[in-house]
Amino acid sequence: MAEISNPIVDFKGVSLRFEDTWALQNVSFELNAGDTHIILGAAGSGKTTLLKAVIGLVKIDAGDIKLFGEDVRSLSEHDLYPLRSRTGVLFQEGGLFDSLSVGDNVEYPLLNQQNRDVRSGEALSSIEDQARETLRFVELENTFDKFPSEVSGGMRRRVGIARAIVTEPPLVLYDSPTAGLDPITANTIMALILKERDVRNTASLIVTHRYQDGELMSEFRYDPEHQELIRLHEGDGARHRTRFIVMKQGEIVFFGTREELASSSDEYVKRFVKHEE
Amino acid sequence: MLRFLKTSLTSFQDFLFLAGRAFANLFRSPHYYDDVFLQMDLIGVGSLPIVVPTGALSGAIIALQMSRALSTYGANSEVGPIVALTLVRELGPVLTALLVAGRNASGIASELGSMKVTEQIDAMRALGTDPVQKLVTPRLFATATMLPCLTVVADAIGWVAAYLIAVPLLHLVSSGYYWSSSWRALVPNDLAQGLIKPFLFGIIIALVGCYYGLRTTGGTQGVGRATTQAVVSASIWIFFVTFLIDKIFVNL
Repeated sequence: MAEISNPIVDFKGVSLRFEDTWALQNVSFELNAGDTHIILGAAGSGKTTLLKAVIGLVKIDAGDIKLFGEDVRSLSEHDLYPLRSRTGVLFQEGGLFDSLSVGDNVEYPLLNQQNRDVRSGEALSSIEDQARETLRFVELENTFDKFPSEVSGGMRRRVGIARAIVTEPPLVLYDSPTAGLDPITANTIMALILKERDVRNTASLIVTHRYQDGELMSEFRYDPEHQELIRLHEGDGARHRTRFIVMKQGEIVFFGTREELASSSDEYVKRFVKHEE
Repeated sequence: MLRFLKTSLTSFQDFLFLAGRAFANLFRSPHYYDDVFLQMDLIGVGSLPIVVPTGALSGAIIALQMSRALSTYGANSEVGPIVALTLVRELGPVLTALLVAGRNASGIASELGSMKVTEQIDAMRALGTDPVQKLVTPRLFATATMLPCLTVVADAIGWVAAYLIAVPLLHLVSSGYYWSSSWRALVPNDLAQGLIKPFLFGIIIALVGCYYGLRTTGGTQGVGRATTQAVVSASIWIFFVTFLIDKIFVNL
């Protein structure tokens, strides 16, 4: 287990090439507990590859990746599974198992941890309670017995979030959580992600095409007492816990706060400021 | 040509790698017993509706064809041994395997292929589950154990069907002689062939189906392509392995 002061994710000079195209090029950054990195960039700029590289779903050619202080590159696929089970992942299309009900999908990571003896002996009823509670967190408790094909796209995305956070992982990776959703549903999803971050102090890596998603994460915090989002005032240190990464052809061309992003003079970077989908 | 050879060798190497991992997982935790029993039910019990009539018709057809040929040589009494040997050694295992390949190699490839193109396999890996352990090993175990059972059922049904044609219908031999002569004709070598073949075919069907399913790319079209390739490859491998086993047993 990594020390609390160590970054949860640590990329150093990471590069990956697919035939003649750079998917990642000398990528370096750190992500600490409770911090959020918003990853913006054109299609094919390496955003999803970066997310996959964090948990070793793609093997890099050069550089070092540390996840919870462990060297991802040196671990075998089998040794990576326990590490991955401590990370929540939301896939672009939800990645839900369509042969399992919504409830079973959300229970899956808990049962998986039980199989790995992380939660040995935990009663099945307790697992179901936890899954129901998490579905309540994303306001979908009534879908427990439905199948993914029976719920809407936005609901599937919320079920995906529930599955990603049910084990209360210290790190959650979100791949385009709002892609293809109407603005109202997209804002609901982002509010849930923000709520998860602030309630559990989760580190979040969010790939998105919508500048507004990053803006929300940067400008607001969740107030658990009143159960609402509160805008952070100017100069609040919490604003700096959300950083923006802009990627171009596998390379990080911008890293900084929302204010720095908004004032960037780079033509490519400017494309992602207040960009409507 | 060189590129084709390189691709084929790489594919075969990937296949062997998958097979190695699937077998190694038989002895490694966690074991997904629920999935194993589910697959045994789907592959074993689920295949009975096609295996039973095919087994019956195979036995009946052999008896009918043999009746004519044997009567030419005045050897009607040999119908029992011929039916028993043909069914147990070759037709039972091969026909059952081809049917199960058509039904299950395609089913496995399309199921896993769909999971692959909808990111469910990646999700599984991301959730800390080995897809080979969760998806391939249960299917491998279930097919390798269920196919010999299905073959025994097909052989038995075919034997009875051949009896109905040869004895009550065509009166080729007496009932007692049919059963005793056919049973006496079988030696341990035949029974071994009849069980080893479906065991190996089961391994081939499961691994080929899983292999093509897990390497699916290109959306729904890719799933269709993977399904076709799985059935074609499994069928060719079944004949190739039959040839190899026959070569070994004929020399014994």
